[in-house]
Amino acid sequence: MGAWLDYTINGLIVGNIYALLAVGLALIFGVSHLINFAQGSIYTAGAFIGWTCAQRLGTPLPVTMAAVVLGCAALGVVIERVGLRPLAGSARIAPLLATIGISFVLDQGLQLLYSPDPRSLPSPLPAWRIQVGRGTIGALDILIAATGLVSAAVLFGFLRFSRLGWAVRATAQDSEAARQMGVNTDAVNRTVFAIAAGLGGLSGLLVGMYYNHIDTAMSFQATLKGVVAQVIGGMGNVPGAIAGSLLLGLTESYGVALFGSSYRNLFAFVLLLIVLVLRPNGLFAGRQAMSPEPLTGTFIAPSRPWDVPRWAVAVCVLLAALLPFLPNSAYALQVLTNAWLYALLAISLTLVAGTLGQVSLGHAGLLLIGAYASALLALDSGLPVWLSIPAAGFVTAALGTALTWPAFRLRSHYVSIATLGIGEIVGLVILNWESLTHGPMGVTGVPPLTAGTVELDSPQASYWVALAVLVLLGLMQSRLLGTHLGRTFRAIRDDDVAARACGVSLDRYKGLAFAVSGFAAGISGAISAHLYSYINNETFTSQVSVLALTMVILGGMGNVLGAVIGAVALTGLPEVFRFTAEYRQLIYGLVLLLMIRFRPQGILGTA
Amino acid sequence: MTQPLLSVRGLQRRFGGITAVKGANLDLCEGELLSVIGPNGAGKTTLFNLISGHDRPDGGTVRFGGVEVTGSTPERLAALGLARTFQHGRVFANLTVRDNVLMGTHSRMKLARPGPPLLGALRELFLALIRPPGVRAEEQALRREVEDILHLFGDRLIPRLDRPAYSLSYANRRRLEIARALALRPRLLMLDEPTAGMNETETAEMRTIIGQLKARGQTILLIEHKLDLVMQLSDRVIAMDDGAEIAAGTPAAVRHDPAVVEAYLGHRHMGGEQTPDAVALEASP
Repeated sequence: MGAWLDYTINGLIVGNIYALLAVGLALIFGVSHLINFAQGSIYTAGAFIGWTCAQRLGTPLPVTMAAVVLGCAALGVVIERVGLRPLAGSARIAPLLATIGISFVLDQGLQLLYSPDPRSLPSPLPAWRIQVGRGTIGALDILIAATGLVSAAVLFGFLRFSRLGWAVRATAQDSEAARQMGVNTDAVNRTVFAIAAGLGGLSGLLVGMYYNHIDTAMSFQATLKGVVAQVIGGMGNVPGAIAGSLLLGLTESYGVALFGSSYRNLFAFVLLLIVLVLRPNGLFAGRQAMSPEPLTGTFIAPSRPWDVPRWAVAVCVLLAALLPFLPNSAYALQVLTNAWLYALLAISLTLVAGTLGQVSLGHAGLLLIGAYASALLALDSGLPVWLSIPAAGFVTAALGTALTWPAFRLRSHYVSIATLGIGEIVGLVILNWESLTHGPMGVTGVPPLTAGTVELDSPQASYWVALAVLVLLGLMQSRLLGTHLGRTFRAIRDDDVAARACGVSLDRYKGLAFAVSGFAAGISGAISAHLYSYINNETFTSQVSVLALTMVILGGMGNVLGAVIGAVALTGLPEVFRFTAEYRQLIYGLVLLLMIRFRPQGILGTA
Repeated sequence: MTQPLLSVRGLQRRFGGITAVKGANLDLCEGELLSVIGPNGAGKTTLFNLISGHDRPDGGTVRFGGVEVTGSTPERLAALGLARTFQHGRVFANLTVRDNVLMGTHSRMKLARPGPPLLGALRELFLALIRPPGVRAEEQALRREVEDILHLFGDRLIPRLDRPAYSLSYANRRRLEIARALALRPRLLMLDEPTAGMNETETAEMRTIIGQLKARGQTILLIEHKLDLVMQLSDRVIAMDDGAEIAAGTPAAVRHDPAVVEAYLGHRHMGGEQTPDAVALEASP
């Protein structure tokens, strides 16, 4: 029993930390309908500001905490200015994508500043623990709980009693009306970002001290947890976010108690999906009076795509096919093979994100399914590689569509969050389903590419295989877009209500698009597995999903050729300029930000 | 009397504490044009949404073509031959005019027939990819039909066949939406304020078009604020206020019904040739 009390206390403490993240997200969503994906980066920044103060400058804890809050609040103001305000009036999803770009930039900035090595951040508090029943509570637990309570109280007082707090609430209810009444909504947004960032940074500091460990890679998980907690509580609902956070903390803690720590995140994401499917407005939303606000408006900038003549495409393909005959092309071949595989992923994503308008952030999950399906079929079932790869494509099409099925009834932001969760779940299931996937060990000795008796593992052969598959699937997708299916997908993207009135079954066509998309992504993952010869659950992470989305936006949403160009640009250019890995993420983030801001229709235009 | 095409009995819809539709009843026979009028917030559009499957009723029944369709999905109703337009206009902004209207033919396409679950969808994908002659012929026939439908609107839309819908004027978008609904070859056409935001000339043009459709035998359920238009076109009129029917009958009878006059007081005078303030209220998209 004592252990259970400990798990409960631990769950509540962790929940309190999530609450500091989620409250900020809820406030921001409340006033600007934006999910701030940079929240986790601010959390990490808070941890590092705290580390600098405490370890380098030797400041006492209250000063450290104040520095973290102020530093992060300033950061929040900058993010609002750069990421949000210039995008007023663009598609709802645009600022969300911008915050993803900002998070890339911030994370890599921190990594360059502090190096990726983890650091310890010891708690300066005394190490005593009090006995509560048969569990114990330490000084830091009390500090975290107190911080949570005090922050909630201050926030409540601010929103309830200060003029600016009223302005925030007015803006949340109806920003247009608030502006008409003379509320400075820019100031409101700035304030909300400052509060959210201050709380997020504080959360990072407390977590760092709680685990005595900080590193620059902890942002993404923090963002995810905050978002999950917020969705559970209801987007934009501040008390709901606190309750959702505590519920999430407890669920994780009990999940860990029952199944072990590798299940922690699985529980979080399964909870997310259950809530999204059953109560998309959150557990604490009253019975919805009106239908939930339609979060329509995908990231589609009205534009006419560039009509690239067929002969030009054919010439490019021919040139690409002749490249291996050039002397000293080994390095270029390696880079471009990788680019072709990314391009496969990008055409897969551009179909659902661009043509169908469902901005998926979970395509890494499809790559993983494809990679594992082909590797395991070849290794454990002895299927020849030239059969296991297409088989993996079909497996991914079927499994990917089935997994995304629950998200078909969702819209806009919710689709992105749900697919992000689904992508994470795929990785976590692979990690935990040891009997099938070899678990955390990964799969070693994946056989190289062969076709019958022909070995295709030379760089030239791999290159041609990847190029040929890309051309084939790219042509297939273009052909598909020219039929009534392309028209129907785009109609669903533009207005799903009107599409249904025309007799379009959303499930059927979303299913078809995700199946075609899953096939291409699965093939890409499968070929990668045979080229890498080793894969594990972290071979493709959510960062890959975001990178693919950046490629798709760069090329022009829904544009097949654009997706290929985006993939080549983002995998090839960093090589050309010999950027090191850390700078690459920075570049991806900047490209994403600049495209959203200045050329949302991408290079070739949306199709 | 023959069986009505559409038959609504005791239809109810509550939003929280508000009852938007309180037990609506209506019958609509083939070839008839029935108008629903009433002040803003009377529940007309909610009634439309309940009939077309875009919202689910809390009580009551809807029968369409002799089939019980209460709470059915919009796509099923479309397949049964019910087409509608929306109050604020919903065209596919990034699709061309042609593709918008082609979307209206979706439920009639042989290629898109539901078929058995999963297999039907995979068959559709496969046929779309290999494009056998039958599929190509069907698409060609539908494309010709689209142009025929658009000719109804004179030279308003035909010259803009390959323009994206977002580049159209507001009035043209409303026309396009009607064209899309007609492409379904509907047994019942439901028009939600087809002339909202249109000027006098455009309204007159729309009146002619609706009159032509009616003359062809098209069954129409119309929500409209411009009473001139309603009076000229309707076979029967139902007036609603506050979620309930307050009068029904011939246009002339409803127009002079004391309850209707009462409901409209404060909004505008009944029967005036001009209703500028009402137009202004309804015009904003």
